[in-house]
Amino acid sequence: MIEVKNLCKAFGERHILDGMSVKIQEGDLFSVIGPSGTGKSTFIKCLIRLLDPDSGEILVDGEDIASTKDEFRLARIRRKFGYLFQEGALFDSMNVFENVSFGLKYLTDIPKSEYPRIVREKLALVGLKDVEKLKPSELSGGMKKRVALARSIAVEPKYILYDEPTTGLDPVMTGMVRDMITDMRDKLGVTSVVVTHDLKLALNISSRVAMMYGGRFVECSAPEDFKKSANPEVQEFMRISGIK
Amino acid sequence: MKKLLGRLGHLFIELAGTLGSAAIMFKSVVFWSFMSKPEMSEMAKQSVKIGVDSFVVTALTSFFTGMVLALQMGQTTRNLFNEPLYVGTIVSFALVKELGPVLTSIVVAGRAGAVVTAEIGTMRVTEQIDALYTLGTNPSRYLLVPRFFAFLLTLPLLTIFADFIGIAGGCLVGSSQLSIPAAIYFDDVLTYLSFKDVMHGYVKTYFFAFMIAMVSCHKGMNTKGGAEGVGKATTEAVVLSMVLVLVLDYFVSSMLVAVGL
Repeated sequence: MIEVKNLCKAFGERHILDGMSVKIQEGDLFSVIGPSGTGKSTFIKCLIRLLDPDSGEILVDGEDIASTKDEFRLARIRRKFGYLFQEGALFDSMNVFENVSFGLKYLTDIPKSEYPRIVREKLALVGLKDVEKLKPSELSGGMKKRVALARSIAVEPKYILYDEPTTGLDPVMTGMVRDMITDMRDKLGVTSVVVTHDLKLALNISSRVAMMYGGRFVECSAPEDFKKSANPEVQEFMRISGIK
Repeated sequence: MKKLLGRLGHLFIELAGTLGSAAIMFKSVVFWSFMSKPEMSEMAKQSVKIGVDSFVVTALTSFFTGMVLALQMGQTTRNLFNEPLYVGTIVSFALVKELGPVLTSIVVAGRAGAVVTAEIGTMRVTEQIDALYTLGTNPSRYLLVPRFFAFLLTLPLLTIFADFIGIAGGCLVGSSQLSIPAAIYFDDVLTYLSFKDVMHGYVKTYFFAFMIAMVSCHKGMNTKGGAEGVGKATTEAVVLSMVLVLVLDYFVSSMLVAVGL
């Protein structure tokens, strides 16, 4: 379980996260929505300490990741996470095989001889075949996202964080990524946190949807309850998104 | 006046911040140098990129510097004493103690330093550095330690090659244009050049290598703002490294002279 308590993060005078609290249960597919610039990516980056919070606690299975200064402890907690970056963040200098197997080398004791089998398996899970020798520059946007997801799940994380997974994708690709996210939950049983401004996607796939506004969650509920929310920011966001 | 003081204060704070983050980066490099298994393949790859790929440029620079030094010294001493004197001595002293280390460092800063900053900077703006963290690897361990190692290993070696090539260039001009037999040229070199002189130039290259690695890695790690930011960081890294090579040269030379080297 991930438990966030009073999380605060400011950039200069701008308070992006202002006392945010939430509990993400195991098996949840938790989506965070909100307009651009409200701090969704900041929130997800704080969860894995890619950004240092100013104050507050982030308890991952009871261990506080927010305050630890121990590099090795931090690395150990991070091992529980997979992270799908907005643009994939594949390593340019490596081919698909090297990208997907990268985490295996640093996060597991699996012998090298097993890497080809695991890479093939994970690529198949995201619907890719025979792409191991391609460089990221030779892949389409959707393929990059899928390879990036294969890289994240190669080490079998307990939690997967998705940062704007459908941004910049066409409707077909968006559908494919949506299926991929639900597949990860259904096939691997991972807990997922999805940060997106795509409300339709969030309402479709999530077990809970949270709306960020003013550095806090102004609504956090199951999709059906979320649609009925009386919160004015939620109402406005649903109107803009064409849900109402 | 108030505005000027404000700007000076802002500059001072910025400088302090930069020095602080550079110190933190260095601490992290030292920590991961000792606390992790060395990334041998990355070190070898970077040594080729930084050292081997810079060899032709440094060789050409040094060869022609040796040639022009011999020509100018030969002509000057011929005008003064009616014959070219001590050409080998002057060329070898200038190259081994100053021009070899300084020119090689400037070439490496311009070529390899730019590559390192652009590469790390691109990784920074495309979130590849964040991806390293999520895959259980500290960027200092995977990116910085191998590059520091490669600069410290290859720059001194390149300088030694550059010294030899420059002296050979001087010999070519000496024998072809100044009628100095190669035997006399090399006798001039070996009679006056001591081991201490060689060490004076050699030791300096470690300071230059460390400084170029610090500047190029630090600029790369702190790149912001997409492709434009990468270009800006690369330019700043090259200019700063080149200027610092010349500034550092004076202070390190003074220090080495003071300790008798």
